[in-house]
Amino acid sequence: MKRWLSIPVLALAALAASAAPPQPMSVQVRSGQVRATASFLGKVVADLPYGTQVEVVQPSKPWVQVRTAAGQTGWMHESALTTARLQLKAGSGSAQAGASASEVSLAAKGFTQQIEREYRSKNPTLDFAWVDRMEAIRVTAAEAEAFLAAGQVAPREGGAR
Amino acid sequence: MNRRLLQAACAAIGAGAVLGLSAGCEAVKVVAEGVAAVGEATGTVSHEQAQAIAKTGTALGSALEQLTPENEYWIGRSVTATILGSYKPYDRADLSRYVNQLGQSLALFSSRPETFGGYHFLVLDSDEVNAFAGPGGLVTVTRGMLRLCRTEDALAAVLAHEIGHIEHKHGLRAIKKSRWTGAFTTMVVEAGKSLGGADLAEAVTAFEGSIGDISQTLMNSGYGRASEREADAAAVRILSAAGYNPSALTDMLGEMAKGYKPGGLGFSKTHPDPAVRVAEVKAMLATPSPVAPPPARQQRFAAAMRGV
Repeated sequence: MKRWLSIPVLALAALAASAAPPQPMSVQVRSGQVRATASFLGKVVADLPYGTQVEVVQPSKPWVQVRTAAGQTGWMHESALTTARLQLKAGSGSAQAGASASEVSLAAKGFTQQIEREYRSKNPTLDFAWVDRMEAIRVTAAEAEAFLAAGQVAPREGGAR
Repeated sequence: MNRRLLQAACAAIGAGAVLGLSAGCEAVKVVAEGVAAVGEATGTVSHEQAQAIAKTGTALGSALEQLTPENEYWIGRSVTATILGSYKPYDRADLSRYVNQLGQSLALFSSRPETFGGYHFLVLDSDEVNAFAGPGGLVTVTRGMLRLCRTEDALAAVLAHEIGHIEHKHGLRAIKKSRWTGAFTTMVVEAGKSLGGADLAEAVTAFEGSIGDISQTLMNSGYGRASEREADAAAVRILSAAGYNPSALTDMLGEMAKGYKPGGLGFSKTHPDPAVRVAEVKAMLATPSPVAPPPARQQRFAAAMRGV
């Protein structure tokens, strides 16, 4: 390519890249909260189950502005989202049908509830009752804020992710 | 698809994955493509099957990174159930609530505040000084460790360190690379849509092995110095962001150093000498300062610790 061509071509490529709409993302946690503001203390405007796709409005970090299929706009923490398309059911993907590499990997039977069931039946002495009890202890963001305030713990400005 | 060929392909891919995890995805991709090409050239797999193997191979290089938070969650549950096989829980609801209020508040300030099932904390009824970070956010800490804490800030330092291990997925990194061969077989079969009972059994075996590797690392061999340093650095960052005094981590390590016996039990068995860690953490602190929590914080801490 002639040298003088490269600069406008690169500029065009950069323009195209910046104009491209961001990739949709999927909720990768059991329950993903969409909040009115970019903070765990923001009001919850939507609660999205695992695998739900959202449209990225603003790909900022660590809070991503998203739009739900129902049209609600809000903020989700980046750790709750993935660009990989999560497949909810094993067997629904096929490498031959053109699934991307990451889809194939994520669609793997992997380590899921079915595997835990099998594992538990092979190890009947393992007690999951306390694991379940432990998981039932939930502290809301509002409770965390009140807890820190009562202990005179002052989060650093902008420290709250 | 010819199952024996598939197994061979997977073994090769598994071997490649070991390379891939340390040297990047390309090595795996090359191995998978090579396996597929050979199979196709020798007529043992069709062109389509070869393509499927090659495609899947591309995915394997970053398999560890691609274990989803959901996979991590199910692993963490079984690891924690295994720990609870050796350590009984300390059944005190008020203490549990307090430790969870503190731990779950701290988790909001980590770089990974959201995991599939969230962060949860449990006290273990043991005199041993120890704490365990189950993948995905299940943290267990012994009464012995709690007794060493003089302040809420010190307990916060212990919990923030464990959150650091979860943030960095140190538990998942403890899974032996050789385990992946079995799991990968399942993935490839899955891609070919012919998952059967044998493949499920294989996945369970890989799961079982992974739980064993992580539990063994947590309770016996330890993560190693580099990972402990990473978790300490995360703790300093989390404590500072939340508003606790990060110097509490050096205080806590100083207390732990008093009971450190190389080759001993608990953290002595699984962690580097706390005295070495104190020096490293001091270098991470912007402005070390005495830990002097306000009375309100110290009172609630003392109330929660009563009887521990």
